[in-house]
Amino acid sequence: MTANPGRAPVPLITSPVAGQGPVLDIRDLSVVYRTPGGDVRAVDTVNLSLAPGEVVGLCGESGSGKSTLVYGACRLLRAPAMITGGSVTYSGRRVTKPADVLLMRPEQLQRLRWREIAIVFQSAMNALNPVLNVRDQLLDVIHAHLRIPRDEARERTASLLDLVGIPRSRLRSYPHELSGGMRQRVMIAMALATDPEVVIMDEPTTALDVVVQRDILAQIVELKEELGFSIMFITHDLSLLLELADRIAVMYAGQLLEIGTASELHREPSHPYTKGLLNSFPSLRGPRRDLAGIPGSPPDLRSPPPGCPFLPRCGYGTSACEEVDMHLLPVASSKDPDHVTACPFVLPETLAQPPRGARQEPAGEPAGELAT
Amino acid sequence: MTEQATMLTSAAAARGPLAMEAISVSKDFRIGRGQTLHAVRDVSFNLYRGAVVALVGESGSGKSTAARLLAGQERLTSGAIKLDGKPVDVSSHRDFRHYKSQVQYVFQDPFASLNPVHTVRYHLERPVKLHRGRVSDMEAELIALMEQVHLTPARQFLAKYPHELSGGQRQRVSFARALAARPSVLLADEPVSMLDVSIRLEMLSLLDDLRKRFSLAMLYITHDIASARYFADEVLVMYAGEIVERGPAEEVTQQPAHPYTQLLVASAPDPDNLGSTLRRGANGTRRQGARRTRTPERVATAGCPFSPRCPLAEDRCREEDPTLLPITATRGAACWRLDAAAPELVPGPPGGGHITEI
Repeated sequence: MTANPGRAPVPLITSPVAGQGPVLDIRDLSVVYRTPGGDVRAVDTVNLSLAPGEVVGLCGESGSGKSTLVYGACRLLRAPAMITGGSVTYSGRRVTKPADVLLMRPEQLQRLRWREIAIVFQSAMNALNPVLNVRDQLLDVIHAHLRIPRDEARERTASLLDLVGIPRSRLRSYPHELSGGMRQRVMIAMALATDPEVVIMDEPTTALDVVVQRDILAQIVELKEELGFSIMFITHDLSLLLELADRIAVMYAGQLLEIGTASELHREPSHPYTKGLLNSFPSLRGPRRDLAGIPGSPPDLRSPPPGCPFLPRCGYGTSACEEVDMHLLPVASSKDPDHVTACPFVLPETLAQPPRGARQEPAGEPAGELAT
Repeated sequence: MTEQATMLTSAAAARGPLAMEAISVSKDFRIGRGQTLHAVRDVSFNLYRGAVVALVGESGSGKSTAARLLAGQERLTSGAIKLDGKPVDVSSHRDFRHYKSQVQYVFQDPFASLNPVHTVRYHLERPVKLHRGRVSDMEAELIALMEQVHLTPARQFLAKYPHELSGGQRQRVSFARALAARPSVLLADEPVSMLDVSIRLEMLSLLDDLRKRFSLAMLYITHDIASARYFADEVLVMYAGEIVERGPAEEVTQQPAHPYTQLLVASAPDPDNLGSTLRRGANGTRRQGARRTRTPERVATAGCPFSPRCPLAEDRCREEDPTLLPITATRGAACWRLDAAAPELVPGPPGGGHITEI
């Protein structure tokens, strides 16, 4: 599996968190979905790394390929999905030398999954087995991935529930007897059952209301500090990531458009799409401001437009955008060399002014403006 | 509660004439073993033409049940609902249909609320036929509906099936379907919560546009109090089936009075407050405000329903359920400890000569 030809290598993006190498390094990963109507390029030459102890937020709207990227990196995709190129290097503390996940044999993958990389799936309602109680589900995981005596495993299930703040009396409960927040906590306990190095969280709090969401996120951060794993956090809610993540990668139409630390992204978004996202959610605090949203809808990935995929919805687009190479390059005006963007034309200063108006408006999705 | 509630004027009242009234509405569900769940308890509010009233609360707070009561889909346990000043009677089939032509409902999930085996045309034709009888030019009617929700080219979209549409487009069809009956009241149950962040705003502004154009009386149900700030005239905060705070949207979100509203506001993601909370871990998040209990028992059986989670709760809160106490002419909160919870709003001890300890 080689990188896509015709694309220059991208400078390695080092993490601001630790001096050591990344625990998970996704390089030039491409995934397509084979469909009768042609290949859907769900993930197109994406580079992303995760440092030990870091929280990387992956943000994008539905269909942007954020889940496909991460599931592809863990080899969890089935046909018609196909990984067409790239490498995913895993180098955790427990492995002797870095290995490419994409080249692993099934038994190697078995050892990698859950023990090294665990996933908290999106809907806790469907991800738990309805006919097993909490303890049996936890035992299942422990026995499948760790070689420890039965008593010890049982003790571990109880301590796992302590860890996520569920009373031990709930060990015998079935999923339907738990509230949504509790189910999500059980999912997190299951992911942490084998003390993994990397925890992937795929919209773990989307179905929950804000109070519970905040509670769970605080707990995730607390556990991370305590156990020292790294988190890849997938969500469509950028406002959440700004508070939670160390670094944020913004994904759109299968490509990364911008990567930067949360504060950089918030202070100086360099890509018009990021800027649009930041201006999409109503703020609860501070003065009321005019909100714009992002008019239009994402492109059809069966025949992606040349150049920047965001061009049809971009208020700043020029004809040069149709030929731009989608490489992530450091933002010129930023002091942080790790703040990279795929948009070489628009400088943050330009973004401060209102756009000249959308280039073209796709049918059915006109511009939205919520007057205040 | 009724007496105090009627003393308050709705912040939405200035927008237009009264369309719908819920007067001391309650709904109990029997949940087996002789137990009763009080899903909605003694709730009163009004909807006005051309105004948006937001019902905010966490899941299970009874906000959807309240909307279903207004929609005539559930029977009231007690209380009354009036439409244009007349008590609502939906006991007969004909009355129910007539009622539905005036009060329409938009569901949360655009993926589940459209029938996958029927085209968009079918979804819109049916309500037009049902509620408006014979329409001379059905085609023109449908195209007009589609254009109202900005689904153009209309003819092309009419022939499509739900699976061919994006989430936003589906929700537009739901709006068009609700508008087909030419209602005066629109009950929108989390109309944007299933959609992507980038198009939520567009959908809210579309709803806002429809509200203005047809001077709809709108009930906007949400758990996102930030969107209520921008979209609604009046905000009602619900907890365990009761309205614990109500008032003008801006005032309630900027200066919440009830400890529960304060918790809701504190829990909303706050990008402008970078790094101060979540990334600092537990120390940051549990610094103030209401305690977040880990136990499932979150609702008290006696007294104030929020008392088990409330940091200010005292004996009186556990024994007596507070009613909505007026703070200003348009604002009220149901809390015995308002003097402690919001000293800037309620300077003196309210009524009973309560002494603040904090």
